[in-house]
Amino acid sequence: MSLSVLSAQTVGALVTSGDGGSFEAPSVGDFFWPVIGGDSNWALTRPAVVLLISVAILGWFYMTVAGRLSLVPSKRQWVAEQGYDFVRNTIARDIIGAKDFKPFLPMLFTIFTMILFNNLMGIFPFVQYPTMSRIAFPIVLTAIVYITYHAVALKRKHGVIGYLKSLVPPGLPLWLRPIMFVLEFITYFFIRPLTLALRLFGNMMAGHMMLLVFILGGEYLLVHGGLGLKLAGVAAFAFSILMTFFELLVEFLQAFIFTLLSALYISDAVSEHH
Amino acid sequence: MFLASVTTAGEAGPGWPEALPLLPHPAEIIVGLVAFGILYWIYKTKVVPKMEELYEQRAAAIEGGMKQAEEAQAQAQAALEQYQAQLKDARTEANKIREDAREQGASIVSEMRGQAQAEASRITESAKRQIDAERQQAVVQLRQEVGTLSTSLASKIVGESLDDEVRQKGIVDRFLAELEAGDVKREKVGSAAESGQDA
Repeated sequence: MSLSVLSAQTVGALVTSGDGGSFEAPSVGDFFWPVIGGDSNWALTRPAVVLLISVAILGWFYMTVAGRLSLVPSKRQWVAEQGYDFVRNTIARDIIGAKDFKPFLPMLFTIFTMILFNNLMGIFPFVQYPTMSRIAFPIVLTAIVYITYHAVALKRKHGVIGYLKSLVPPGLPLWLRPIMFVLEFITYFFIRPLTLALRLFGNMMAGHMMLLVFILGGEYLLVHGGLGLKLAGVAAFAFSILMTFFELLVEFLQAFIFTLLSALYISDAVSEHH
Repeated sequence: MFLASVTTAGEAGPGWPEALPLLPHPAEIIVGLVAFGILYWIYKTKVVPKMEELYEQRAAAIEGGMKQAEEAQAQAQAALEQYQAQLKDARTEANKIREDAREQGASIVSEMRGQAQAEASRITESAKRQIDAERQQAVVQLRQEVGTLSTSLASKIVGESLDDEVRQKGIVDRFLAELEAGDVKREKVGSAAESGQDA
Protein backbone atom coordinates (compact mmCIF):
# COMPACT_ATOMS: atom_id res chain seq x y z
CA MET A 1 0.00 0.00 0.00
CA SER A 2 2.61 2.44 1.10
CA LEU A 3 4.73 1.55 -1.89
CA SER A 4 1.88 2.21 -4.27
CA VAL A 5 1.04 5.51 -2.65
CA LEU A 6 4.66 6.53 -2.79
CA SER A 7 4.99 5.62 -6.43
CA ALA A 8 1.77 7.44 -7.20
CA GLN A 9 3.15 10.57 -5.55
CA THR A 10 6.46 10.28 -7.33
CA VAL A 11 4.76 9.80 -10.65
CA GLY A 12 2.53 12.80 -9.94
CA ALA A 13 5.53 14.90 -8.95
CA LEU A 14 7.49 13.83 -12.02
CA VAL A 15 4.60 14.60 -14.29
CA THR A 16 3.80 17.96 -12.79
CA SER A 17 7.41 19.00 -12.95
CA GLY A 18 7.61 17.61 -16.50
CA ASP A 19 5.06 19.48 -18.53
CA GLY A 20 2.66 21.04 -16.08
CA GLY A 21 -0.32 18.73 -16.80
CA SER A 22 -2.01 17.25 -13.73
CA PHE A 23 -2.03 13.54 -13.08
CA GLU A 24 -4.87 12.24 -11.00
CA ALA A 25 -3.44 9.28 -9.11
CA PRO A 26 -5.80 6.35 -8.54
CA SER A 27 -7.45 6.52 -5.14
CA VAL A 28 -9.63 4.33 -2.98
CA GLY A 29 -12.65 6.09 -4.42
CA ASP A 30 -11.98 4.32 -7.71
CA PHE A 31 -12.92 1.05 -6.04
CA PHE A 32 -16.53 2.10 -5.57
CA TRP A 33 -18.04 1.25 -8.90
CA PRO A 34 -21.82 1.13 -8.96
CA VAL A 35 -23.58 -0.49 -11.92
CA ILE A 36 -27.14 0.40 -10.87
CA GLY A 37 -28.10 2.89 -8.17
CA GLY A 38 -25.22 5.35 -8.19
CA ASP A 39 -23.98 6.65 -4.87
CA SER A 40 -26.50 4.88 -2.68
CA ASN A 41 -26.38 2.38 0.17
CA TRP A 42 -28.35 -0.09 -1.96
CA ALA A 43 -26.52 0.29 -5.24
CA LEU A 44 -25.65 -2.85 -7.16
CA THR A 45 -21.91 -2.55 -7.52
CA ARG A 46 -19.63 -4.12 -10.07
CA PRO A 47 -17.89 -6.45 -7.57
CA ALA A 48 -21.30 -7.66 -6.41
CA VAL A 49 -22.15 -8.55 -10.01
CA VAL A 50 -18.80 -10.29 -10.42
CA LEU A 51 -19.42 -12.24 -7.22
CA LEU A 52 -22.86 -13.38 -8.37
CA ILE A 53 -21.44 -14.42 -11.76
CA SER A 54 -18.67 -16.32 -9.99
CA VAL A 55 -21.25 -18.17 -7.92
CA ALA A 56 -23.16 -19.06 -11.07
CA ILE A 57 -20.03 -20.32 -12.84
CA LEU A 58 -18.66 -22.25 -9.85
CA GLY A 59 -22.05 -23.73 -9.02
CA TRP A 60 -22.67 -24.75 -12.61
CA PHE A 61 -19.18 -26.21 -13.00
CA TYR A 62 -19.22 -28.31 -9.85
CA MET A 63 -22.86 -29.38 -10.24
CA THR A 64 -22.29 -30.65 -13.77
CA VAL A 65 -19.10 -32.43 -12.72
CA ALA A 66 -20.74 -33.97 -9.65
CA GLY A 67 -23.68 -35.07 -11.82
CA ARG A 68 -21.57 -37.60 -13.66
CA LEU A 69 -18.64 -38.64 -11.56
CA SER A 70 -16.69 -41.72 -12.47
CA LEU A 71 -13.98 -43.65 -10.67
CA VAL A 72 -11.61 -42.93 -13.53
CA PRO A 73 -11.91 -39.15 -13.94
CA SER A 74 -12.36 -37.30 -17.21
CA LYS A 75 -10.28 -34.20 -17.86
CA ARG A 76 -12.98 -31.91 -16.44
CA GLN A 77 -13.53 -34.09 -13.42
CA TRP A 78 -9.79 -34.20 -12.84
CA VAL A 79 -9.62 -30.41 -12.74
CA ALA A 80 -12.62 -30.25 -10.39
CA GLU A 81 -11.11 -32.95 -8.20
CA GLN A 82 -7.79 -31.13 -7.90
CA GLY A 83 -9.53 -28.17 -6.25
CA TYR A 84 -11.72 -30.34 -4.09
CA ASP A 85 -8.83 -32.57 -3.12
CA PHE A 86 -6.71 -29.58 -2.15
CA VAL A 87 -9.35 -28.23 0.21
CA ARG A 88 -10.41 -31.62 1.49
CA ASN A 89 -7.07 -33.30 2.14
CA THR A 90 -4.46 -30.56 2.31
CA ILE A 91 -6.50 -28.06 4.29
CA ALA A 92 -9.51 -29.61 6.03
CA ARG A 93 -8.36 -33.13 6.85
CA ASP A 94 -4.78 -32.26 7.76
CA ILE A 95 -5.74 -29.38 10.02
CA ILE A 96 -9.12 -30.26 11.53
CA GLY A 97 -8.33 -33.97 11.71
CA ALA A 98 -9.78 -36.99 9.95
CA LYS A 99 -12.46 -37.44 12.63
CA ASP A 100 -14.19 -34.05 12.45
CA PHE A 101 -13.43 -32.42 9.13
CA LYS A 102 -16.35 -33.64 7.05
CA PRO A 103 -19.14 -31.33 8.33
CA PHE A 104 -16.99 -28.29 7.54
CA LEU A 105 -16.08 -29.34 4.02
CA PRO A 106 -18.90 -27.47 2.22
CA MET A 107 -18.11 -24.26 4.08
CA LEU A 108 -14.35 -24.42 3.54
CA PHE A 109 -14.78 -25.40 -0.08
CA THR A 110 -17.21 -22.52 -0.65
CA ILE A 111 -14.77 -20.09 0.94
CA PHE A 112 -11.80 -21.36 -1.04
CA THR A 113 -13.41 -21.50 -4.47
CA MET A 114 -15.22 -18.20 -3.99
CA ILE A 115 -12.14 -16.30 -2.89
CA LEU A 116 -9.86 -17.90 -5.48
CA PHE A 117 -12.24 -17.28 -8.37
CA ASN A 118 -12.93 -13.68 -7.37
CA ASN A 119 -9.26 -12.99 -6.72
CA LEU A 120 -8.37 -14.32 -10.15
CA MET A 121 -10.96 -11.93 -11.55
CA GLY A 122 -8.56 -9.20 -10.41
CA ILE A 123 -6.30 -9.95 -13.39
CA PHE A 124 -8.82 -11.63 -15.67
CA PRO A 125 -9.06 -9.60 -18.89
CA PHE A 126 -12.12 -7.30 -19.14
CA VAL A 127 -13.09 -7.91 -15.51
CA GLN A 128 -9.84 -6.88 -13.81
CA TYR A 129 -11.43 -6.13 -10.51
CA PRO A 130 -10.70 -8.16 -7.37
CA THR A 131 -14.03 -8.56 -5.61
CA MET A 132 -12.36 -8.93 -2.24
CA SER A 133 -10.89 -5.44 -2.46
CA ARG A 134 -14.30 -4.30 -1.25
CA ILE A 135 -14.26 -4.83 2.52
CA ALA A 136 -17.89 -5.98 2.65
CA PHE A 137 -17.09 -9.37 1.09
CA PRO A 138 -14.19 -10.32 3.37
CA ILE A 139 -16.35 -9.19 6.30
CA VAL A 140 -19.17 -11.50 5.21
CA LEU A 141 -16.84 -14.49 4.85
CA THR A 142 -15.10 -13.72 8.12
CA ALA A 143 -18.42 -13.35 9.92
CA ILE A 144 -19.47 -16.79 8.70
CA VAL A 145 -16.20 -18.35 9.86
CA TYR A 146 -16.42 -16.41 13.16
CA ILE A 147 -19.94 -17.58 13.95
CA THR A 148 -19.07 -21.12 12.91
CA TYR A 149 -16.03 -21.56 15.10
CA HIS A 150 -17.64 -19.97 18.12
CA ALA A 151 -20.80 -22.05 17.73
CA VAL A 152 -18.78 -25.24 17.38
CA ALA A 153 -16.65 -24.35 20.39
CA LEU A 154 -19.70 -23.61 22.53
CA LYS A 155 -21.16 -26.96 21.60
CA ARG A 156 -17.94 -28.93 22.04
CA LYS A 157 -16.80 -27.26 25.26
CA HIS A 158 -20.08 -27.46 27.12
CA GLY A 159 -21.44 -23.92 27.07
CA VAL A 160 -20.10 -20.44 27.67
CA ILE A 161 -18.31 -21.22 30.96
CA GLY A 162 -16.56 -24.27 29.53
CA TYR A 163 -15.54 -22.31 26.45
CA LEU A 164 -14.13 -19.41 28.46
CA LYS A 165 -12.31 -21.84 30.74
CA SER A 166 -10.79 -23.63 27.78
CA LEU A 167 -9.22 -20.38 26.59
CA VAL A 168 -6.56 -20.63 29.32
CA PRO A 169 -4.09 -23.39 28.61
CA PRO A 170 -3.84 -25.88 31.49
CA GLY A 171 -0.84 -26.01 33.78
CA LEU A 172 -0.20 -22.27 34.11
CA PRO A 173 0.74 -20.66 37.44
CA LEU A 174 -2.19 -18.95 39.11
CA TRP A 175 -0.97 -15.37 38.68
CA LEU A 176 -0.47 -15.88 34.93
CA ARG A 177 -3.98 -17.12 34.31
CA PRO A 178 -5.87 -13.79 34.22
CA ILE A 179 -3.32 -12.25 31.85
CA MET A 180 -3.44 -15.29 29.61
CA PHE A 181 -7.21 -15.24 29.69
CA VAL A 182 -7.38 -11.62 28.56
CA LEU A 183 -4.84 -12.22 25.80
CA GLU A 184 -6.59 -15.34 24.54
CA PHE A 185 -10.00 -13.71 24.77
CA ILE A 186 -8.85 -10.75 22.68
CA THR A 187 -7.22 -13.11 20.20
CA TYR A 188 -10.26 -15.36 19.81
CA PHE A 189 -12.93 -12.69 19.77
CA PHE A 190 -11.31 -9.65 18.16
CA ILE A 191 -7.90 -10.17 16.60
CA ARG A 192 -8.65 -13.30 14.66
CA PRO A 193 -11.70 -11.98 12.76
CA LEU A 194 -10.07 -8.60 12.26
CA THR A 195 -6.88 -9.98 10.77
CA LEU A 196 -8.73 -12.58 8.73
CA ALA A 197 -10.87 -9.96 7.00
CA LEU A 198 -8.24 -7.23 6.73
CA ARG A 199 -5.52 -9.52 5.37
CA LEU A 200 -7.61 -10.56 2.41
CA PHE A 201 -9.01 -7.09 1.82
CA GLY A 202 -5.66 -5.35 2.18
CA ASN A 203 -3.78 -7.68 -0.11
CA MET A 204 -6.36 -7.50 -2.85
CA MET A 205 -6.83 -3.75 -2.64
CA ALA A 206 -3.14 -2.92 -2.43
CA GLY A 207 -2.25 -5.27 -5.25
CA HIS A 208 -4.89 -3.82 -7.49
CA MET A 209 -3.96 -0.27 -6.56
CA MET A 210 -0.36 -1.01 -7.48
CA LEU A 211 -1.38 -2.31 -10.89
CA LEU A 212 -3.57 0.76 -11.38
CA VAL A 213 -0.72 3.08 -10.53
CA PHE A 214 1.68 1.39 -12.89
CA ILE A 215 -0.78 1.19 -15.77
CA LEU A 216 -2.42 4.62 -15.40
CA GLY A 217 0.87 6.30 -14.58
CA GLY A 218 2.57 4.58 -17.50
CA GLU A 219 -0.24 5.67 -19.80
CA TYR A 220 0.01 9.25 -18.58
CA LEU A 221 3.78 9.26 -19.02
CA LEU A 222 3.51 7.89 -22.54
CA VAL A 223 0.88 10.38 -23.59
CA HIS A 224 2.07 13.54 -21.87
CA GLY A 225 5.73 13.01 -21.03
CA GLY A 226 8.89 13.90 -22.93
CA LEU A 227 11.23 11.30 -24.49
CA GLY A 228 12.77 10.21 -21.18
CA LEU A 229 9.38 10.01 -19.50
CA LYS A 230 7.98 8.01 -22.41
CA LEU A 231 10.73 5.45 -21.80
CA ALA A 232 9.79 5.48 -18.11
CA GLY A 233 6.18 4.87 -19.18
CA VAL A 234 7.26 1.82 -21.20
CA ALA A 235 9.17 0.61 -18.14
CA ALA A 236 6.06 1.14 -16.01
CA PHE A 237 3.99 -0.95 -18.42
CA ALA A 238 6.62 -3.70 -18.39
CA PHE A 239 6.64 -3.63 -14.63
CA SER A 240 2.84 -3.79 -14.52
CA ILE A 241 3.03 -7.04 -16.49
CA LEU A 242 5.55 -8.42 -14.02
CA MET A 243 3.34 -7.30 -11.14
CA THR A 244 0.37 -9.03 -12.76
CA PHE A 245 2.19 -12.35 -12.44
CA PHE A 246 3.08 -11.46 -8.89
CA GLU A 247 -0.61 -10.74 -8.29
CA LEU A 248 -1.49 -14.19 -9.60
CA LEU A 249 0.66 -15.68 -6.86
CA VAL A 250 -0.78 -13.39 -4.19
CA GLU A 251 -4.34 -14.14 -5.27
CA PHE A 252 -3.86 -17.87 -4.93
CA LEU A 253 -1.94 -17.45 -1.69
CA GLN A 254 -4.64 -15.30 -0.10
CA ALA A 255 -7.38 -17.76 -0.98
CA PHE A 256 -5.25 -20.53 0.50
CA ILE A 257 -4.39 -18.58 3.66
CA PHE A 258 -7.97 -17.52 4.33
CA THR A 259 -9.20 -21.12 4.03
CA LEU A 260 -6.26 -22.46 5.99
CA LEU A 261 -6.83 -20.06 8.89
CA SER A 262 -10.56 -20.77 8.88
CA ALA A 263 -9.75 -24.46 9.19
CA LEU A 264 -7.24 -23.68 11.93
CA TYR A 265 -9.80 -21.72 13.96
CA ILE A 266 -12.34 -24.49 13.53
CA SER A 267 -9.78 -27.09 14.59
CA ASP A 268 -9.15 -25.04 17.76
CA ALA A 269 -12.87 -25.13 18.45
CA VAL A 270 -13.14 -28.84 17.73
CA SER A 271 -10.12 -29.97 19.73
CA GLU A 272 -10.67 -31.20 23.28
CA HIS A 273 -8.14 -29.14 25.16
CA HIS A 274 -7.45 -25.45 24.67
CA MET B 1 -13.00 4.29 -12.85
CA PHE B 2 -14.14 6.95 -15.22
CA LEU B 3 -17.68 5.72 -14.77
CA ALA B 4 -17.25 6.05 -11.01
CA SER B 5 -16.00 9.58 -11.21
CA VAL B 6 -18.84 10.51 -13.58
CA THR B 7 -21.54 9.14 -11.30
CA THR B 8 -20.08 10.67 -8.17
CA ALA B 9 -19.84 14.03 -9.80
CA GLY B 10 -23.52 14.05 -10.66
CA GLU B 11 -25.24 12.79 -7.54
CA ALA B 12 -25.37 13.76 -3.90
CA GLY B 13 -25.52 10.39 -2.10
CA PRO B 14 -24.01 9.18 1.16
CA GLY B 15 -20.60 9.76 -0.35
CA TRP B 16 -19.39 6.19 -0.96
CA PRO B 17 -16.55 7.09 -3.30
CA GLU B 18 -15.01 9.33 -0.68
CA ALA B 19 -15.80 7.01 2.23
CA LEU B 20 -13.06 5.03 3.97
CA PRO B 21 -12.38 1.76 2.18
CA LEU B 22 -12.89 0.03 5.53
CA LEU B 23 -16.58 0.88 5.60
CA PRO B 24 -18.62 -2.03 4.27
CA HIS B 25 -21.25 -1.18 1.67
CA PRO B 26 -24.65 -2.54 2.84
CA ALA B 27 -25.77 -3.85 -0.54
CA GLU B 28 -22.46 -5.62 -0.99
CA ILE B 29 -22.86 -7.31 2.40
CA ILE B 30 -26.28 -8.59 1.36
CA VAL B 31 -25.02 -9.74 -2.03
CA GLY B 32 -22.07 -11.39 -0.32
CA LEU B 33 -24.31 -13.27 2.10
CA VAL B 34 -26.68 -14.35 -0.67
CA ALA B 35 -23.82 -15.43 -2.91
CA PHE B 36 -22.20 -17.42 -0.12
CA GLY B 37 -25.54 -18.97 0.79
CA ILE B 38 -26.25 -20.10 -2.76
CA LEU B 39 -22.80 -21.57 -3.34
CA TYR B 40 -22.80 -23.20 0.09
CA TRP B 41 -26.19 -24.78 -0.57
CA ILE B 42 -25.09 -26.06 -3.97
CA TYR B 43 -21.91 -27.56 -2.54
CA LYS B 44 -23.59 -29.02 0.54
CA THR B 45 -26.48 -30.70 -1.26
CA LYS B 46 -25.13 -31.47 -4.70
CA VAL B 47 -21.36 -31.54 -4.76
CA VAL B 48 -19.77 -32.60 -1.47
CA PRO B 49 -21.96 -35.70 -0.85
CA LYS B 50 -21.27 -36.97 -4.36
CA MET B 51 -17.57 -36.27 -4.10
CA GLU B 52 -17.40 -38.06 -0.75
CA GLU B 53 -19.29 -40.97 -2.26
CA LEU B 54 -16.75 -41.07 -5.05
CA TYR B 55 -13.91 -41.10 -2.53
CA GLU B 56 -15.49 -44.02 -0.71
CA GLN B 57 -16.13 -45.88 -3.95
CA ARG B 58 -12.59 -45.29 -5.05
CA ALA B 59 -11.20 -46.52 -1.75
CA ALA B 60 -13.48 -49.55 -1.92
CA ALA B 61 -12.47 -50.20 -5.52
CA ILE B 62 -8.80 -50.05 -4.63
CA GLU B 63 -9.26 -52.30 -1.60
CA GLY B 64 -11.45 -54.68 -3.61
CA GLY B 65 -8.88 -54.74 -6.38
CA MET B 66 -6.15 -55.60 -3.92
CA LYS B 67 -8.25 -58.36 -2.42
CA GLN B 68 -9.03 -59.71 -5.87
CA ALA B 69 -5.38 -59.64 -6.81
CA GLU B 70 -4.52 -61.53 -3.63
CA GLU B 71 -7.15 -64.14 -4.37
CA ALA B 72 -5.92 -64.52 -7.93
CA GLN B 73 -2.39 -64.95 -6.67
CA ALA B 74 -3.47 -67.61 -4.19
CA GLN B 75 -5.36 -69.40 -6.95
CA ALA B 76 -2.37 -69.24 -9.23
CA GLN B 77 -0.17 -70.62 -6.46
CA ALA B 78 -2.58 -73.49 -5.83
CA ALA B 79 -2.77 -74.26 -9.54
CA LEU B 80 1.02 -74.24 -9.77
CA GLU B 81 1.32 -76.64 -6.85
CA GLN B 82 -1.31 -78.88 -8.39
CA TYR B 83 0.49 -78.88 -11.72
CA GLN B 84 3.79 -79.65 -10.07
CA ALA B 85 2.23 -82.55 -8.16
CA GLN B 86 0.66 -83.82 -11.33
CA LEU B 87 3.92 -83.49 -13.17
CA LYS B 88 5.70 -85.41 -10.45
CA ASP B 89 3.07 -88.17 -10.59
CA ALA B 90 3.32 -88.31 -14.34
CA ARG B 91 7.09 -88.55 -14.14
CA THR B 92 7.01 -91.42 -11.63
CA GLU B 93 4.41 -93.18 -13.72
CA ALA B 94 6.50 -92.74 -16.85
CA ASN B 95 9.52 -94.11 -15.00
CA LYS B 96 7.50 -97.05 -13.82
CA ILE B 97 6.20 -97.75 -17.30
CA ARG B 98 9.70 -97.52 -18.74
CA GLU B 99 11.01 -99.87 -16.07
CA ASP B 100 8.19 -102.33 -16.71
CA ALA B 101 8.78 -102.16 -20.41
CA ARG B 102 12.46 -102.83 -19.95
CA GLU B 103 11.78 -105.81 -17.72
CA GLN B 104 9.17 -107.08 -20.10
CA GLY B 105 11.53 -106.64 -23.03
CA ALA B 106 14.30 -108.45 -21.22
CA SER B 107 12.04 -111.34 -20.34
CA ILE B 108 10.74 -111.50 -23.90
CA VAL B 109 14.28 -111.51 -25.23
CA SER B 110 15.37 -114.27 -22.85
CA GLU B 111 12.26 -116.26 -23.60
CA MET B 112 12.84 -115.90 -27.30
CA ARG B 113 16.46 -116.84 -26.85
CA GLY B 114 15.42 -119.99 -24.94
CA GLN B 115 12.92 -120.84 -27.61
CA ALA B 116 15.44 -120.29 -30.35
CA GLN B 117 18.01 -122.40 -28.56
CA ALA B 118 15.50 -125.17 -28.06
CA GLU B 119 14.52 -124.97 -31.67
CA ALA B 120 18.12 -124.99 -32.76
CA SER B 121 18.96 -127.99 -30.64
CA ARG B 122 15.84 -129.71 -31.85
CA ILE B 123 16.79 -129.05 -35.45
CA THR B 124 20.35 -130.23 -34.85
CA GLU B 125 19.05 -133.32 -33.12
CA SER B 126 16.69 -134.20 -35.92
CA ALA B 127 19.34 -133.52 -38.52
CA LYS B 128 21.73 -135.76 -36.68
CA ARG B 129 19.12 -138.45 -36.45
CA GLN B 130 18.32 -138.12 -40.10
CA ILE B 131 21.99 -138.34 -40.98
CA ASP B 132 22.37 -141.43 -38.81
CA ALA B 133 19.40 -143.00 -40.49
CA GLU B 134 20.69 -142.13 -43.92
CA ARG B 135 24.09 -143.47 -43.08
CA GLN B 136 22.59 -146.66 -41.85
CA GLN B 137 20.64 -146.93 -45.05
CA ALA B 138 23.72 -146.20 -47.05
CA VAL B 139 25.63 -148.87 -45.14
CA VAL B 140 22.93 -151.39 -45.81
CA GLN B 141 22.72 -150.43 -49.46
CA LEU B 142 26.47 -150.46 -49.84
CA ARG B 143 26.67 -153.79 -48.22
CA GLN B 144 24.25 -155.12 -50.77
CA GLU B 145 25.93 -153.43 -53.65
CA VAL B 146 29.39 -154.48 -52.53
CA GLY B 147 28.13 -158.00 -52.35
CA THR B 148 26.66 -157.87 -55.81
CA LEU B 149 29.65 -156.12 -57.27
CA SER B 150 32.15 -158.37 -55.63
CA THR B 151 30.15 -161.43 -56.65
CA SER B 152 29.95 -160.35 -60.23
CA LEU B 153 33.62 -159.46 -60.14
CA ALA B 154 34.49 -162.69 -58.57
CA SER B 155 32.40 -164.62 -61.07
CA LYS B 156 34.11 -162.83 -63.84
CA ILE B 157 37.48 -163.61 -62.37
CA VAL B 158 36.66 -167.13 -61.40
CA GLY B 159 34.63 -167.73 -64.43
CA GLU B 160 32.06 -169.67 -62.76
CA SER B 161 28.68 -168.73 -61.60
CA LEU B 162 28.13 -168.31 -58.07
CA ASP B 163 24.49 -167.85 -58.47
CA ASP B 164 23.61 -170.21 -55.91
CA GLU B 165 21.97 -168.03 -53.38
CA VAL B 166 22.97 -169.73 -50.28
CA ARG B 167 26.55 -170.03 -51.14
CA GLN B 168 26.77 -166.68 -52.47
CA LYS B 169 25.33 -165.18 -49.30
CA GLY B 170 27.57 -167.25 -47.17
CA ILE B 171 30.67 -166.20 -49.04
CA VAL B 172 29.77 -162.55 -48.98
CA ASP B 173 28.91 -162.56 -45.31
CA ARG B 174 32.09 -164.25 -44.46
CA PHE B 175 34.04 -161.83 -46.50
CA LEU B 176 32.43 -158.95 -44.83
CA ALA B 177 32.93 -160.37 -41.41
CA GLU B 178 36.58 -160.76 -42.22
CA LEU B 179 36.61 -157.30 -43.54
CA GLU B 180 35.20 -155.97 -40.32
CA ALA B 181 37.51 -158.01 -38.27
CA GLY B 182 40.37 -156.34 -40.14
CA ASP B 183 41.80 -159.54 -41.59
CA VAL B 184 41.49 -158.45 -45.13
CA LYS B 185 44.00 -156.02 -46.55
CA ARG B 186 42.58 -152.66 -47.36
CA GLU B 187 44.15 -152.41 -50.76
CA LYS B 188 41.97 -155.05 -52.18
CA VAL B 189 38.46 -153.96 -51.49
CA GLY B 190 39.37 -150.85 -49.39
CA SER B 191 37.42 -148.23 -51.31
CA ALA B 192 34.07 -149.93 -50.78
CA ALA B 193 34.66 -150.77 -47.11
CA GLU B 194 35.99 -147.27 -46.34
CA SER B 195 33.11 -145.41 -47.89
CA GLY B 196 30.68 -147.51 -45.93
CA GLN B 197 32.37 -146.79 -42.61
CA ASP B 198 32.96 -143.09 -43.03
CA ALA B 199 29.51 -142.08 -44.15
